[in-house]
Amino acid sequence: MRVRPYGPRAVLVEVDGPLQAAALAGWAREHLAAEEVVPGATTVLLDGVGSPAAVREALAGWSPRADAAPGPLVEVPVVFDGPDLAYVAERWGLSVEAAVARLTEVELTSAFCGFAPGFAYLAGLREEWSVPRLASPRPRVDPGSVGLAGAFCGIYPTASPGGWRLVGRSEVVLWDLDRLEPALLAPGTRVRLREAGR
Amino acid sequence: MRVRVEATGPLTTVQDTGRPGYAALGVPRSGALDRPAAALAARLVGLPPRAAVLEVTLGGLRLAAPPRPCWVAVTGARAPVTADGRARPHAEAFWWATGPLELGAPADGVRSYVALGGGLEVAPVLGSRSTDVLAGLGPAPLAPGDVLPVGDAPGTPVAVDVAGVRRPGLLRLHPGPRADWVDDALERLCRARWRVLPASNRVGLRLTPEDEALPRAAAYAGAELPSEGMVLGAVQVPPDGGAVVFLSDHPTTGGYPVVAVVDETDLWQAAQARPGERVGFTRA
Repeated sequence: MRVRPYGPRAVLVEVDGPLQAAALAGWAREHLAAEEVVPGATTVLLDGVGSPAAVREALAGWSPRADAAPGPLVEVPVVFDGPDLAYVAERWGLSVEAAVARLTEVELTSAFCGFAPGFAYLAGLREEWSVPRLASPRPRVDPGSVGLAGAFCGIYPTASPGGWRLVGRSEVVLWDLDRLEPALLAPGTRVRLREAGR
Repeated sequence: MRVRVEATGPLTTVQDTGRPGYAALGVPRSGALDRPAAALAARLVGLPPRAAVLEVTLGGLRLAAPPRPCWVAVTGARAPVTADGRARPHAEAFWWATGPLELGAPADGVRSYVALGGGLEVAPVLGSRSTDVLAGLGPAPLAPGDVLPVGDAPGTPVAVDVAGVRRPGLLRLHPGPRADWVDDALERLCRARWRVLPASNRVGLRLTPEDEALPRAAAYAGAELPSEGMVLGAVQVPPDGGAVVFLSDHPTTGGYPVVAVVDETDLWQAAQARPGERVGFTRA
């Protein structure tokens, strides 16, 4: 863990990856007074803290293993018929069926959100399964589209341009302002993709 | 009461102090870009400082005669104001009763703030009435023909307690988390002469150096930064060696190095800097 300065009211904590970032963010929300706790791919931003020095001290009380409470589990039914599914399977050296099996067997965790409200970066795929983004993004990706980029999986909450490799689509509502918790996949949430209709 | 919008200029939005606290869900903070000016407008008509006001970009707003009279105050960029057919003062409450209210183009600055005595009663989203142009949250930008819900109270004018004169100066910089991605980042930011690009908006003030671009440190040549959280006022250096000062509607995470942070009390200047104008930095 390394703590970097981020202006007069914030610090950026570097950790060992997205899952650790999500875990530290969960801990920080309980133990630290910060206006915003924002996990990233390998960092947690603690913004709006009275004293960065005091936060540095408090962070000494956290260790990657101290936090064990798992987040809630959300099952997401997916129709695996995305335009890039064959590409992903080929890159993995698998049949399409085996690629789908891989995607449904892994337990994913929402590591952080970004890009759009409710867009969660789901970690849990192995680094060696990384897939590159499209060289030029699609001008429109439908809401509910399930995509891969690097070792992350993501589901588009709203229609937008996008460069993720699309493997399927889902009908879950990821972002709903009428819900108490508008984001279905807030950081820390565990996610399992399931083949729709099975 | 309901007030009809007749013209909006390039962009008029509803803004309050935004919706902090949701960055982890990917929700920008949003809110008025020139916070002190928005708070002053609200205060002058007796609204709480966090109340929603109109943020008018480069003038051009015209509201039809109000169904009921109310107090109004206009602050921020000094746009010429007429109401009921008469010129009205800047940063001072005035009584608006019978005719249209109109803002001309300001001679300098970008954003003016209009507070209506009864307050704007558009529905809040996640605790804020602010329009977020990046995430598309909150009310849509105003369009001609829109009808604004305004509280029935006429407001309570506050006698002018010397609306402070604001003097623009250099934007003060604090070190950011990735200062080491650019050799002597703060020194170079402060030494360079920067010009405001037309692509600047509520998301960020985009700057181009008049002399040399900021060079990436050799240790990070071609390196990619995994997405990480960003704060208000973060100064990001994209690969082209320019600089972006992030404002209220900034994305919650970004993948280019943030080398510095503009002091929050100086951000109103970033909100009022026009394309083509010069901006400079100094160390806080």
